[in-house]
Amino acid sequence: MGRIVILGGGVSGHTAASFCRKWTGKQHEVVVITPNSKWNWIPSNIWVGVGRMTTEQVTFELAPIYKKQGIGYIQAKAVSLNPEGNDQGGKPFVTYEFTSPDKAGQIGTLEYDYLINATGPKLNFEATEGLGPDHGHSVSVCTPQHAVHASEELSKVIEKMKAGQRQKILIGTGHSASTCQGAAFEYIFNVEHELRVAGVREMADLTWISNEYYLGDFGIAGLHLRKGGYVTSSKIFAESLFAERGVRWILRAGVYKLEPGKVHYETLDGEKLTEDFDFAMLIPSFSGVGLKAFAKDGSDITDTIFAPNGFLKVDGDYTKKPFEEWKASDWPKTYQNPIYKNLFAVGIAFAPPHAISKPMQSKNGTVISPAPPRTGMPSAMIGKAVARTVTNMLNGKIDQPSGGHSMAEMGAACVASTGAGILSGSAVAMTVFPIVPDYQKYPGVGRSLNYTFGEVGLAGHWIKHILHYLFLYKAKFKPGWFFIPE
Amino acid sequence: MTHQDGEQITPYEPSSGTAIPTNHTVRMRTNFFYQVFRFIVINIKMIIIIWRSH
Ligand SMILES: Cc1cc2nc3c(=O)[nH]c(=O)nc-3n(C[C@H](O)[C@H](O)[C@H](O)COP(=O)(O)OP(=O)(O)OC[C@H]3O[C@@H](n4cnc5c(N)ncnc54)[C@H](O)[C@@H]3O)c2cc1C
Repeated sequence: MGRIVILGGGVSGHTAASFCRKWTGKQHEVVVITPNSKWNWIPSNIWVGVGRMTTEQVTFELAPIYKKQGIGYIQAKAVSLNPEGNDQGGKPFVTYEFTSPDKAGQIGTLEYDYLINATGPKLNFEATEGLGPDHGHSVSVCTPQHAVHASEELSKVIEKMKAGQRQKILIGTGHSASTCQGAAFEYIFNVEHELRVAGVREMADLTWISNEYYLGDFGIAGLHLRKGGYVTSSKIFAESLFAERGVRWILRAGVYKLEPGKVHYETLDGEKLTEDFDFAMLIPSFSGVGLKAFAKDGSDITDTIFAPNGFLKVDGDYTKKPFEEWKASDWPKTYQNPIYKNLFAVGIAFAPPHAISKPMQSKNGTVISPAPPRTGMPSAMIGKAVARTVTNMLNGKIDQPSGGHSMAEMGAACVASTGAGILSGSAVAMTVFPIVPDYQKYPGVGRSLNYTFGEVGLAGHWIKHILHYLFLYKAKFKPGWFFIPE
Repeated sequence: MTHQDGEQITPYEPSSGTAIPTNHTVRMRTNFFYQVFRFIVINIKMIIIIWRSH
């Protein structure tokens, strides 16, 4: 009997677990170790953050779902890996700390034949002084609980506006190297929409603050699309939406500190500026979740397996090189660790070889540009691809992963909500192909103009709304779940 | 209205480079019948991307 252990039951880990279970015989075990008792459809947290949805609508209990599917489930957070076993021999194993109320704090270990690290990001609020809902002065929509708090704070601000007080709303990135601009983009336009619905739009000054070099960069070096007989950049596309909706923007800003009602940021010129706010939702920087790794003799090999940002090294080309030398082929294809062949990382947990957007540095040496995002669709597709590899290896069908799942070879469809409402809502529906631009294959714009498109409208909102139900249906393993693409 | 690295730009100034959607474009974004048509088109485009990426 073999055992596949998956760390993290989020978008990529849940997908990997579901397909590992589907493709391995009952003689093999599939176990998920994840700290939360509930699965969360993270994209819909935006709607929780404006009071359009409840946490119950975006989450469900994992235990009964995994039980039904025959997937082992340990409610715990992994703390370390021993990919060589220990000095008493034995198999590789993972050490974890229970997070379930009945066993909280207790330590356990589990041996594995294959390990898939799908632990996603650590929301690194600490990297920016005063950031975040727990110890800081801003709200967040990254978790359902954060989003509920954000919605409550937003309601207070709306009440103040109704009472005649002008309010400053600041939304964007809370660190010079944050990623996930898309989530902040969705939130600012959803807030703008809700202010209109509440009849207080003219009482609000909305400002976007971001580490992007230009609007519409989104950490993927922007994109180009065909519009009205021209090939136009996402900069024009995004700026026009911001202008239409009356949202002011501050770009090339590395936020480094928050005080009550004030954000401090550095510009590429090295200037230190401030911006006042009454309500701020700023995305933190992301890092790995801080897993340690130990060799057989107990020596610490964390730095060998993990990149400095805490993400697991896989088959990418991590050689440090200037932007001009970046190539599509630097991006991983198999997601297998180069040293331990039974160790894989999927979704946000794998270390990207470098950014996608051109890196920018301030005169003081601060890197002010987005880290590369790994959105839902590629995260889930990579989870599924690695599940295929691992199950084939476990079943003895292959010795080596086949590859072919690079983010420079796959496309992504993304629907970014810009306001909820069955007849009044809207969203930006877009596709990019490939996600990581390949300037050799697609000279000039780096992507196929036939498969890269974007438009704003109510249809996008309908799609986003349908996807909410479709992905929850799929994640609950309802009949035919595997027909629904990632 | 806009502020980019210290520079103030007004979208309606010719120098701003910002494309402002026409009222017609904005209206069509929530025009039910047009959006039903776009819904079909977008779905087809997305299915092609999904098919190409899997
Ligand atoms: C507000 C918001 C809106 C978004 N909207 C969109 C969108 O519209 N479209 C889109 O494509 N993408 C969107 N994204 C991005 C999308 O959510 C991510 O791409 C996706 O969740 C990444 O999947 P993942 O599995 O890598 O990480 P996650 O989904 O975050 O899963 C990681 C899992 O690992 C668990 N974990 C953490 N530490 C440990 C540990 N030590 N041991 C074990 N488990 C651990 C976590 O609890 C979690 O369950 C959004 C993100 C945010 C924050």
